[in-house]
Amino acid sequence: MHSSSNWIEIRNLSYRRSESRWIFKDVDMNIERNKITAIMGPSGCGKTTLLKLISGQLKPDQGTVMVDGVNVSALDRDGLLALRRRMGLLFQNGALFTDLSVYENVAFPLRVHTKLPEDMIRDLVLMKLQAVGLRGARDLMPSELSGGMARRVALARTIILDPELIMYDEPFAGQDPILKGVLLDLIKRINENIHATTILVSHDVAETASIADYIFVLAGGRIIGQGTPDEVMNSEDPMVRQFLRGLPDGPVPFHYPAASWQDDLVGGRG
Amino acid sequence: MLKHIQALGAWGLGVTAGLGRATQIWCRALFALPDFRYGPRLLIQQIYYVGVFSMIIIVVSGVLIGMVLALQGYTVLVRFGAEAALGQFVSLTLLRELGPVVAALLFAGRAGSALTAEIGLMKTTEQLVAMEMIGVDPLRRVLRPRLLAGILSMPLLAQVFNAVAIWGAVMVGVHWLGVDAGSFWSNMQSSVDFSADVMNGFIKSVVFGLVVTWIAVFQGYDAEPTSAGISAATTRTVVHSSLAVLALDFFLTAVMFGIS
Amino acid sequence: MQQRQVELAVGVFILLGIIALAFLALKVSGLSFQDSRTQTYTVVAEFNNIGSLKPRAKVSIAGVTVGQVTSIRLDPLSARAVVEMAINKDVDYLTTDSIAGIKTAGVLGEQYISISVGGAPDVLEDGGKIIDTQSAVVLEDLIGKFLTNMGSKD
Repeated sequence: MHSSSNWIEIRNLSYRRSESRWIFKDVDMNIERNKITAIMGPSGCGKTTLLKLISGQLKPDQGTVMVDGVNVSALDRDGLLALRRRMGLLFQNGALFTDLSVYENVAFPLRVHTKLPEDMIRDLVLMKLQAVGLRGARDLMPSELSGGMARRVALARTIILDPELIMYDEPFAGQDPILKGVLLDLIKRINENIHATTILVSHDVAETASIADYIFVLAGGRIIGQGTPDEVMNSEDPMVRQFLRGLPDGPVPFHYPAASWQDDLVGGRG
Repeated sequence: MLKHIQALGAWGLGVTAGLGRATQIWCRALFALPDFRYGPRLLIQQIYYVGVFSMIIIVVSGVLIGMVLALQGYTVLVRFGAEAALGQFVSLTLLRELGPVVAALLFAGRAGSALTAEIGLMKTTEQLVAMEMIGVDPLRRVLRPRLLAGILSMPLLAQVFNAVAIWGAVMVGVHWLGVDAGSFWSNMQSSVDFSADVMNGFIKSVVFGLVVTWIAVFQGYDAEPTSAGISAATTRTVVHSSLAVLALDFFLTAVMFGIS
Repeated sequence: MQQRQVELAVGVFILLGIIALAFLALKVSGLSFQDSRTQTYTVVAEFNNIGSLKPRAKVSIAGVTVGQVTSIRLDPLSARAVVEMAINKDVDYLTTDSIAGIKTAGVLGEQYISISVGGAPDVLEDGGKIIDTQSAVVLEDLIGKFLTNMGSKD
C-alpha cells in the first residue's frame, strides 16, 4: 500500500471550492521521507489548500491523502488530533496565541502533550528559542513582536515536539532579505537535525530551489512540472518556464477568466 | 412570490443548520473528560474575565435600579397609605424578574460581546486552527472554560445585583423617604419565600447564564473570519441573547409562578 | 504572581456571590434556621369562610407572630376550609378553648390569623384542633347587612 520511502501519498486528489471551481483535479503526488519537498506555483493555485488537505482541515471531494499509511479523510476527530501531534504547520502569519507570552507559546505543545517537569520544559523551550535566535525575547507578548520575529517564534513552537512532518506555508512572504536567509538556514538545519519530512510551500523561486530536494510546480489545479531543482529549472515546459522566470503573461494567464474586453465595453454602454 | 417562499425556506434551513452546529459545539465542548491539570486554572482565568470584570456594571446598575424602584413604588403606594409594603414590592420585583433579567442583559452586553469578539478574533488570526494543528481541540481548550465560567458567574452576579439593589431601595425608601425600617423588613420577610422567590430567581439566572454564554461562544466560533464578520457576530450575540433571555423569562415565569 | 492575583479576585467574587445569596436568604426572605420544621407543632382549625387567607400568612397572639399558615384545603364532608398552622414550639400554652379568628391588617392589608388564648386546663397537642373559630369578615356581606338593617328600620 505505501512504500517505505514515501511519507505522504496523494492519489487522484480532486477538490473544489464551489460547484464549478475546481482547485485540484486528479492530482497525484508522493512526498518522500526526510526530504525537503517544495510546492511552488502562482498565487491562488491552491498551495495552502493542499496543506489543509494533508493536515485534514479540509476533506477531498475525490481521491485519498495517505499520511504514513493512514487515510486522513477517514479519521475521526480524535484520530485527526492524534495525527496532527506528529505534524507541525507554520502559518503565514504565525498564528501565535495572543494571550500567552513568547515563552508560553513555545511551551504550549509540551504542556498539553507531555507531563514533563517544569525545569525540563524550560530547558527545551529555551533551546528552541535559542535555535531561532529569540531566547532574549521570551517574556514579550506576541503583540510586541515584529512580523519576522513572530514567524520565528511560531517556528520554535512548531518544532518543539520534534514533529515527523513540518509544513511551511509561505515562510518567505513579506520578509526582508536577511530574514529570508535566516529562515532558509533554519529550515535546512531543522530538516537535518530532527530528520523531519519537510513540505515547503512558496512562490519564491530562488530561495526554494536552493534548499529543496524535490519540487512540484502547480498551476490551474494540476501538476505542471516536477523533479529535482535542476530538472525543474531547466524544464522546457512553457508554463513552468513562465513561472520560474517571472514572465508577466504566457500560458498562465494574467487575467482572471472573463468575457472578451471588447464585449464588456460595448455591453456596458448598451 | 415563489422567490419569497424559496427565501423563507433557505432562511429556515439556515436557522436549523445553525442550531445544529451550536448544539454540536456545545455537546463537544461540555461532554468531554475534564482536564484536571489545566482545567481549573483555565476556568479560574475565565471566571476572572467573565465574572469579575462584570462586577462593576452589575453593582452600579443594581444600586441605581433599586433606588428607582423604591422611589417609583413609594409614590404609588403612599397614595393608598400602604408605603409599608414597599419592601415587599421592591424585593419581589427584583428577586422574581428584574434581578435575573437585567443582570443577564447587562452580562450579554458586557461579557457576551467580549467573548464573541475574542473567539472570533482567535479564529480570524488562525489561532484556533493552529491549536488544532498542535493536536488540541479548541472546543475543549478555548470554548469549554468560557462556557463553564459563564454558567457559574451569571447566578453569582444576579445575586449580587439583587442584594445591592435591595440595599439601594433601603437607602431611598428607609433613609430618605422615611418608610419605617421595621415594617419595611418585616413586610419583606413575610412575603418573600426562600424556595419560591429566591431559588426560582437563582434557577432563572443559571438558565440565562447558560444561554447567553452559549450564544456568545457559538457566534464567535461560527463568525466569518473577517473584521465585518466579527462585528456582525458581536451584534448578533447581544441581539440574540437579549431576545432569548426575555423569551425564556416569560416561559420560566409561566412554569414557576403561573400556576398557583 | 499574576495568576495569584487572578485567583484572589475570583475568590473574592465567589465569596461576594455567596454573601449576597445568604443576605437574600436570611434578611430578605426571613429564612431562619431556628424556625425549622422540628421546632414547630401543627394546629388545625376549620373556618366557614377564610376570605383571602393564603399559605404563609402570619399567625399571631395579641399581635405577636407565633407561627404561620402551612396549608389550606377544603373538607369535602363539611364543606368548610381546613387551615393548618405551624406554631412555634415555645408557645405551649394554647388551650383547647382558644379562639382563632381571621383578621385583616389595615384596609388593604394581608389577612392573618389571630388566636385568643382561653382558660381551659388542657393545652393543644401537635395536630390538635381549635374548635372555636371566627370567619373572615367579608366586606360585601357587611355592607349587605348594613343595608338590610337600614331597610328594616324604616
